[in-house]
Amino acid sequence: MSDTQIPIPSLADRVRAVNAGAPVVGVHFFQSTPVFVLGEEALLFAGEDGERRVVVHAGAILDSASDGKLVVSGGDDGKLIETFPDGDRRVLASDEKKRWVDHVALGPDDAVAWSAGKTAHVRTRKGDLRTFDAPSTVAGLAFAPKGFRVAVAHYNGVTLWFPNAGGAKPEFLEWKGSHLGVTISPDGKFLITTMQEPMLHGWRIADAKHMRMSGYSARVRSLSWSANGEFLATSGSEQLILWPFDGKDGPMGRQPKILARAESRVTNVACHPRQPVIAVGYADGAVKLVRIDDDALILARQADEQPVSALGWDNTGQTLAFGTESGGAGILAL
Amino acid sequence: MPTPSNTEKIPVTVLTGYLGAGKTTLLNRILSEPHGKKFAVIVNEFGEIGIDNELVVNADEEVFEMNNGCICCTVRGDLVRIIDGLMRRKGKFDAIIVETTGLADPAPVAQTFFMDEAVGSRTKLDAVVTVADAKWLTDRLKDAPEAKNQIAFADVILINKTDLVAPEELSELEARIRGLNPYARLHRTERAKIDIGEVLGRNAFDLDRILEIEPSFLDADDHQHDHHHDHDHHEHGHDHHHHHHGNGLKHYHDEEMQSVSLKTDKPLNPDKFFPWIQDLVAKDGPNILRCKGILSFKDDPERFVFQGVHMILDGDHQRPWRADEKRDSRVVFIGRNLPEDRIRQGFESCIA
Repeated sequence: MSDTQIPIPSLADRVRAVNAGAPVVGVHFFQSTPVFVLGEEALLFAGEDGERRVVVHAGAILDSASDGKLVVSGGDDGKLIETFPDGDRRVLASDEKKRWVDHVALGPDDAVAWSAGKTAHVRTRKGDLRTFDAPSTVAGLAFAPKGFRVAVAHYNGVTLWFPNAGGAKPEFLEWKGSHLGVTISPDGKFLITTMQEPMLHGWRIADAKHMRMSGYSARVRSLSWSANGEFLATSGSEQLILWPFDGKDGPMGRQPKILARAESRVTNVACHPRQPVIAVGYADGAVKLVRIDDDALILARQADEQPVSALGWDNTGQTLAFGTESGGAGILAL
Repeated sequence: MPTPSNTEKIPVTVLTGYLGAGKTTLLNRILSEPHGKKFAVIVNEFGEIGIDNELVVNADEEVFEMNNGCICCTVRGDLVRIIDGLMRRKGKFDAIIVETTGLADPAPVAQTFFMDEAVGSRTKLDAVVTVADAKWLTDRLKDAPEAKNQIAFADVILINKTDLVAPEELSELEARIRGLNPYARLHRTERAKIDIGEVLGRNAFDLDRILEIEPSFLDADDHQHDHHHDHDHHEHGHDHHHHHHGNGLKHYHDEEMQSVSLKTDKPLNPDKFFPWIQDLVAKDGPNILRCKGILSFKDDPERFVFQGVHMILDGDHQRPWRADEKRDSRVVFIGRNLPEDRIRQGFESCIA
């Protein structure tokens, strides 16, 4: 079987190219303006009227998140920074030991979570601060869509922390091994982690029933929920792996849907915010749009051996932005 | 997928050594030499004092087991995370130095470079350098298993603080170290003073650089720091383990940790050798700290080389045998309570 024989339709010539000048590690949007997060120091605002580099950290940018109103980022300068559409920035927190702020997440009601070393922090809209000390270094953070709960991934499991519940004991979901990233399904029923090994682990939160999702050729580094919440799209294989989460048992006892087969490994995935379409980035530099129903493909970026390292849609799903490890970036308006 | 070639990967040097041996002194010496190189330094959480470098990262030394059913497949979780973060600043440094705590086992550090694809695709392990305290190492070898591990695992060993001991004590200590690890490069130092070319850029884990497998003390040209082996003192009678080596060097045999060297001039059968070595490391991997080999297979014009850490093996064809080269196969294992007879018999049975 070969997928390279028949050329797929291409929109690559409609891409507005951007030279980011540094590895791109994230993409967010303020309205239709893409904001590329660079590996070091700066955010690159890439509006149609010109590019603007906004320095936010004194060093590497380790993680970032956005709700469309602001971009929050953590750096190896020990700082948590929020940056606004006008380029203004504000220091939200500084780690007193200057440890790396390596994970950030945004939650309901403008809450922000971040971690440095073994400590996770949450700051509420009112400015209240809460902290939680994990048993080992925090490796991932995610807010539950409802309620005020934060999933904290660490070695040997995930802690579900209720920052406002005072002395209430956090819930612990145990599974041996190193959990590196975490996400909660949009319906709040399932929690999934990426592991040090090339596999995912999942729990049905209600009864802590386990799910193992394996078969990858590399560590899974990118996860994205489809618009209707039915699928979790994942990187880490020479194809796009979609795990079904439409029933009450999630992917337990079911096979994943496999789309967009290629010779190269999928490095990034980003589901369209409204349509059953997924943007897929590959290690060879290609970016493709895949329709979930029939595996129809459209090329958005030609392969050029620069691994894709970031992908993102604007809120409306009309603009896709992507960036590579070597600093190549592009914007495709549909 | 375009993975950087070995020469483009950032080299990583691991500095180990028991508490107080002089790791930080060596580290500062490396950093302050006028070599024009920039380093990213990963120090343990207790070791940040007085390191003069722009890029210093604190590590927690979190050792994680891999979920692959292999108990010795451990990685340093913090290194996976730190190297991922550091690579965002690629271009700001030429090499990485990892300083471990005095009690650390070097194996999880080394294994991280083979077990984690993201780390292994962007960085390469250069060498494990162990600093030993000339005055106290003999005692530590008796009471601290960590110290013994660090010596046995090393590619380069600095016997430091040599000014604090008498020459005969030093010879004694070297013989003890040789009993544990005959293959490491040994250097005598005072205040960790050494040419940094002896500790950096060693390529000790690079298959292309496995040139010879000879005990290091037999090959003298490589040493600008002469070892002053004390040939007159081999009659010390206070250690019942020692016996005489052919060349007059005293040889200590450690009860627990030892090396097993195998050699044959007959070609090996790859269909027998690979199953044998895979089975050996699967069963005895937890006790095998390091292994290395240069192999001559029957009807194969190329040298095959391999190296391993515990259960992880890495091997490849290296280059054609030269006409003037003796086609010997040599394999060495360093480890704990190695079943020497069984290993020898197994190896013999691989002869084609």
